[in-house]
Amino acid sequence: MKAAVIRFPGSNCDQDCYHALQESFGVPTDYVWHKESSLSGYDLVVLPGGFSYGDYLRCGAIARFSPIMKAVVDHANAGGLLIGICNGFQVLTEARLLPGALVRNRSLHFICEHRFLRVEATDNPFLSTTQVGQVLNVPIAHGEGNYTADAATLAELEANRQVLLRYCDAQGNITEAANPNGSASNIAGICNAARNVFGLMPHPERACDPRLGSTDGKVIFQSILNTLGFRAVA
Amino acid sequence: MKARVKVMPKKSVLDPQGVAVRDAVAQHGLPQVSSVRIGKFMEIEVGESGPEAEAKLHEICRDLLSNPVIEDYELEILA
Repeated sequence: MKAAVIRFPGSNCDQDCYHALQESFGVPTDYVWHKESSLSGYDLVVLPGGFSYGDYLRCGAIARFSPIMKAVVDHANAGGLLIGICNGFQVLTEARLLPGALVRNRSLHFICEHRFLRVEATDNPFLSTTQVGQVLNVPIAHGEGNYTADAATLAELEANRQVLLRYCDAQGNITEAANPNGSASNIAGICNAARNVFGLMPHPERACDPRLGSTDGKVIFQSILNTLGFRAVA
Repeated sequence: MKARVKVMPKKSVLDPQGVAVRDAVAQHGLPQVSSVRIGKFMEIEVGESGPEAEAKLHEICRDLLSNPVIEDYELEILA
């Protein structure tokens, strides 16, 4: 299998994603510049975190119109696996590949710290190696991660089990205190109805190496690789 | 053609910036302030004009300048 990490001007978690895939799992991974137009031959496409186009206008609003995004949309529509992390999640909502939007954190502060996430659904390619209720320790680093959507959209996400991760406390309780940014229903990550596009604000790629304090992010990449039938060499 | 575009967060969307500024306004001598909402104001100058260009501007307002999930826009065409 092969993975692509898309690079926009202002992406800054591209190397983290590359390291997680290539070094932690041995997955052949390429950087793909935003001006490219093809993603043929890639089984997994990653939209990394950062500040694409300086977050001008709205986070992800301009990146969404980058030349590569047509190929990203085609990849998703063809059923290819696509994961957007942090700014990548914002790009996916702007591109309407995922519903809702990410607005300014309730506190107005940029928050950079480890948080606990509870697995909400495992019948998807991104969390298939986990258990519902499992608690993951994964860092967040964002100023605009407050997930919002209208009531009908939220109800649909819940009914279809598209909410994959919620912010929780260390014991897995979904509480207001455990919600770092004001996200509706403590939502940290969602997938599309077809379950091949996953967007999340936390950074699993920063939790794949024991030197970084947690390896809980590995389960997400492991789930993806299992889905694609890739045996890790690491 | 000159145009002005106003983009505002939808009433149903919490505007944390507006809330913070509202609290600051209260502390600056208007304790009864009830609401502040913060949006964007853009001035656009284009060489094109006419109904086609106006329709294109609306399209751009909807697809690029605002996000209809969380924002509403108003487009004002000047001479």
